Formats: sequence, C-alpha cells, structure tokens
Amino acid sequence: MAREIISLNSITFRYPGGDHDVLKNVSFSVQEGEWVAIVGHNGSGKSTLAKLMNGLYFPDKGSIQIVGISLEKDTVWETRKHIGMVFQNPDNQFVGTTVQDDVAFGLENHGVPHEEMVKRVNRALKQVKMDDFLNQEPHHLSGGQKQRVAMASVLALRPDIIILDEATSMLDPTGRQEVIGLVRSLKEEQEMTVLSITHDLEEAAKADRMIVMNQGEVYRTGTPREIFELGDELVQLGLDLPFYLKMGNALKAQGVQLSGQHLTEEELVNELWTSHCKK
Amino acid sequence: MDISLQKVEYRYAAGSPFEKKAIEDISFTIPSGQCVAIIGHTGSGKSTLLLHLNALLKPTSGSVVIGDRTVKAGRKEKDLKPIRQKVGIVFQFPEQQLFEENVMKDICYGPMNFGVSEEEAKKRARYWIEQVGLSQEILEDSPFDLSGGQMRRVAIAGVLAMEPEVLVLDEPTAGLDPRGRKEIMDMFYQLHKKRNLTLILVTHSMEDAAEYADQVVVLNKGRKVHEGTPRDLFADAERLAEWGLGVPEVVRFQRLLEEKTGRSLPGVCLSIDELAAAWNEQSGGPAV
Ligand SMILES: Nc1ncnc2c1ncn2[C@@H]1O[C@H](COP(=O)(O)OP(=O)(O)OP(=O)(O)O)[C@@H](O)[C@H]1O
Ligand SMILES: Nc1ncnc2c1ncn2[C@@H]1O[C@H](COP(=O)(O)OP(=O)(O)OP(=O)(O)O)[C@@H](O)[C@H]1O
Ligand SMILES: [Mg+2]
Ligand SMILES: [Mg+2]
Repeated sequence: MAREIISLNSITFRYPGGDHDVLKNVSFSVQEGEWVAIVGHNGSGKSTLAKLMNGLYFPDKGSIQIVGISLEKDTVWETRKHIGMVFQNPDNQFVGTTVQDDVAFGLENHGVPHEEMVKRVNRALKQVKMDDFLNQEPHHLSGGQKQRVAMASVLALRPDIIILDEATSMLDPTGRQEVIGLVRSLKEEQEMTVLSITHDLEEAAKADRMIVMNQGEVYRTGTPREIFELGDELVQLGLDLPFYLKMGNALKAQGVQLSGQHLTEEELVNELWTSHCKK
Repeated sequence: MDISLQKVEYRYAAGSPFEKKAIEDISFTIPSGQCVAIIGHTGSGKSTLLLHLNALLKPTSGSVVIGDRTVKAGRKEKDLKPIRQKVGIVFQFPEQQLFEENVMKDICYGPMNFGVSEEEAKKRARYWIEQVGLSQEILEDSPFDLSGGQMRRVAIAGVLAMEPEVLVLDEPTAGLDPRGRKEIMDMFYQLHKKRNLTLILVTHSMEDAAEYADQVVVLNKGRKVHEGTPRDLFADAERLAEWGLGVPEVVRFQRLLEEKTGRSLPGVCLSIDELAAAWNEQSGGPAV
C-alpha cells in the first residue's frame, strides 16, 4: 500500500495581525505517487495551504506531516528538502542574475556536485524550452517564459513532492499542456508526488483526486468524476462546469435528447453519435 | 479615440550588449469602440506591444498614434499624462501596479493623480471594488496581504476607477477563479458595449478571443502574422498550430464530433450555444 506522504490534521490558521481564520479545521492527506489538484474560489486559502506545507508559516492549531516528519520550526529545513514549490508569481522566486544561475542555485543549496549540476540545469531548461535564454536575466523575461524557468528550477531539483501554485497560468493552452505533460512524465519516471493548485478545470480533471476549498475549509474531496457530479453547485463555489457538461446542457436546451449520464467528452460524443445513427 | 501603430519596432536595452529585439514591423489600427484581441505564443511580444499603447514604452523605430498624439522613435515626448488618463492598462502581473499601503489608497491614486477630488475618488473605489466581486471591507487591507486573484481584481478596479476611454488588458483573467473569469470578462464587455469603451485584450484564452473580439491580431516571434475576424481565424486550425496556438474548445469539439459522426456542419461555431443549435439543425430538429 502507498504511504501517506503529506498529511494535514485539523489545521487552523490566521495571518499575523489578521482578523479572521483563513484556514479552518483543514484535514487531508496525499499518498505517495498521487497527483492531487486543489481548486477553489479566490481567497479560499489554497496558496496559504502551500505556504504552510513549505513551512513559511506555522498553523495555529493542528499538525502537518511531510514524508512522515512532523513539520515544526526545527524540522522545516529537513522537510523542505523533500518539497519543490513553484509560486503563483515567479518574480518572487528568482534569485539568480541569469536564467541558468537561477536554476543552478537550488541545486547548489542541495549540495549537488558541480558536474552533475551543469547537466541537470541544461536538461531542465531544455525540457521547458528555455535553453535559448541561458544568460538572460530572469526578471527580463515574458510572463510565460518566467513560469517556464520557475518550473525548470523545481524540476532540476527532482524533489519527492512538487507543489505547483498556478504554475502555468500565463501559458497558452498548448504550452500549458506541454508543461503539465512534462511534469507528468517526470512524475512517473522519478516517482514524484504532485500537488497542483489550479483554476484550470481541464487540468484538474486529469488529476487522481481533487480537493475543493471553500472559505478556508475543505468542501469536498474525491475523484474528478465525483467532484464534477456536483454540477451547478460548482458555480456557487466559484468554479464552473467542465466543458462537456456545459455542452450537454446546451444540446438538451435545444431539444437534443441525451440521457445526461455522460461524464466525459468521449461519452458525450458517443451518445450523440448513437442517437444520430438511429435517425 | 483611434490608436494606430506604424512599423513599430522595440528593442530592449537598445545599444547595449544585451540588446534584444522584441517586436518589429508591426502596423495596425484599432478604431475607437472596437474590441481587439491580441494572441500569440509565449514571448511573441504581446506585453511589449501593449506597453506602447499608452506610451509606457516608446518605439525604437516607427510610431504610435494615440488619438491626436503621435509617439515617435527618437523624439522626446512631453506631458504624457493625458495619454495615461485616456488609456488604462492592467498589467500581466497585478503586483506590478499595486503599491499603496491599503487598497482604498491604491484605487484612489490613479483618479486623484488626474485631478479627481478625494471624495469622488473614494466613491469610485467603493463602487468598483464591488463591481470586481470584492467586498468593501477589503479597502482597508494592504494590497500585499491579498490572495493572487484578489490582487488581480484590485488592479482592475484601480484602472476602471480612472474611467479611461481605452482599456488595455494583459491576461486579465489569469489567476481568477473560473466563475470570476466569466463575470469579469462579461463586465468588461458590458462597459465596451454600453460606454463604447475600446477594449484591447491580450489573452491566452482562445475562448475569450472567440467570444468577445471583433478582430484578432496574431503575433509570432515579434511580428504580426495575421489580422482578421475570430471566425475566419479559428476555421484554420492548421495555421494556428504553425504559430504554436490552438482553437477554442468548442471548435475542437465540433471537429471531433464531425469526424466521429461523419457529418459536417456548415461553418465553424464559436460558442457552445451556436454549436448546439447547428447540431440540432443538421440532425433534423428536436426529436418528437
Ligand atoms: N500575507 C497575508 N496577510 C494577511 N492575509 C492574507 C495574506 N495572504 C493572504 N491573505 C488572506 O488569506 C485568505 C486566503 O488567501 P490565499 O492566498 O490562500 O487564497 P487562494 O485560495 O490562494 O486564492 P487565489 O485563488 O486568489 O490565489 C484571503 O482572504 C487573503 O486575503
Ligand atoms: N525587460 C526585458 N529585457 C529584455 N528582454 C525582454 C524584456 N521583457 C521581455 N523581453 C523579451 O522580449 C520578448 C517578448 O516579450 P513579451 O513580454 O512582450 O512577450 P509576451 O508575448 O507578452 O509573452 P507571454 O505570453 O509569455 O507573456 C521575449 O523574448 C522576452 O524574453
Ligand atoms: Mg493563491
Ligand atoms: Mg506577456
């Protein structure tokens, strides 16, 4: 059986000087090798969760375990070795004066030998298609290029856990698929665990499991199929219906007969195809 | 107010060893009251181009005509304030435009800078903060203690409070939750329709380009490679792929459906409702 690689137990948290709890009694766990998507409305507490898992803040109540280690002020350096995080705004993450230095920085910190480091830096930048920009200053890149470099920095580290906080929000759909596909193949290769915070429901639909946050609480966890069964409730939560459901609803509104049972795009196409053939 | 670009080129760090040409030979006109989407692959020059539209960048060659003003390479420009007032820009990363100690001051900064009284500026702030889906309480908070999507909304409110004639938006929905994305785009579109606001939108969402734009301009490697209606553009998936771009979801689904059923619909459908109607039509109306 896979082991629990992340576990949050009844976390409550309020920012220093803040006037309300932004996380309330949050519990969930992630199994080794899982791909979990966290979704939820703006301000629902997703990035705060990521900051707590990375030990940038500590919960007021409750506890966090990362790879079996209890995350405390004196274990944070230990737990961070296992986590690679891509922040919502890449500018907050850059430390190097050139793209290649930036990717190398993390590896140096992890004590990776020079020769190996050079190899990994080049490989990671090639994988995200930023190998033409080795000596450019990271702050002088376009939005999408910045996100690609931030992703390379984390991939080069080969951490056990990758936490992505809207890491592809500035990429075009094709680029997004490429980068997510890359993470997916490296995840298989290196047995990583991925926690992806995202507003892209198409991406979330491909996760093993989804966690829906609402007003600082876990509203629901389940497979994408189970979550999308919430239907119109999703809109109340600040989310939206996935494409195939919206498409199905529009067809029904036109009087096209559909069972309404389709839960994927293929199923919808199949149903339209079958009903079409009967005519 | 029309905006027109004439052979615009921009090089970052021009004349230095780090010189980098980001856009070249770009010409097109945005007539007053239009909605134009600018699309293109990562690094194709979209944000660089946008910064020319209110003279935050000056072309290194060519010129930009903004209403009755011309910003030309190699010429000093005085008093750009009137341009900045008429053309409001929402940057790609909202952090780039937030700086005051609280959200109220941040939103009031723009209007007051252009001579609006404090009282009126505050009134606008209270109005726009709700229009972008936030509550008045947030006006007291520091803009840096907000979530990513909340910052985006504050940045948008700040630009709208200036009441510009031309609204320039760089990925305005990135970081917004899915419902917010639709609400905010609809709000922009309403402003465009009701107040005849010119909308210039850089977007990675082909859905938004299809739904809202009158014209779409495509950039590829710093050059303009296409200009036309969304309907013509999205009918040509192959060309889009050459520029590293895709079609809207609904178009992809239409193609899949056509392939699978062997039936083709008369034209390309740009929205879910349009496709539903067209499908129903070709399959002989509602089954009885
Ligand atoms: N540094 C901070 N100090 C005080 N409050 C904060 C801080 N950062 C975030 N908050 C508040 O905490 C709540 C949760 O914010 P968080 O950034 O976790 O949301 P999120 O789910 O990531 O939202 P988004 O989708 O917009 O990124 C919000 O109400 C936000 O205003
Ligand atoms: N300050 C800068 N200095 C040097 N080069 C820059 C600077 N800003 C951008 N560039 C380069 O100019 C080119 C165009 O960048 P721009 O930001 O306009 O792209 P974009 O189309 O907005 O991309 P994205 O969709 O990723 O935001 C890129 O190759 C980028 O690396
Ligand atoms: Mg966030
Ligand atoms: Mg850009």
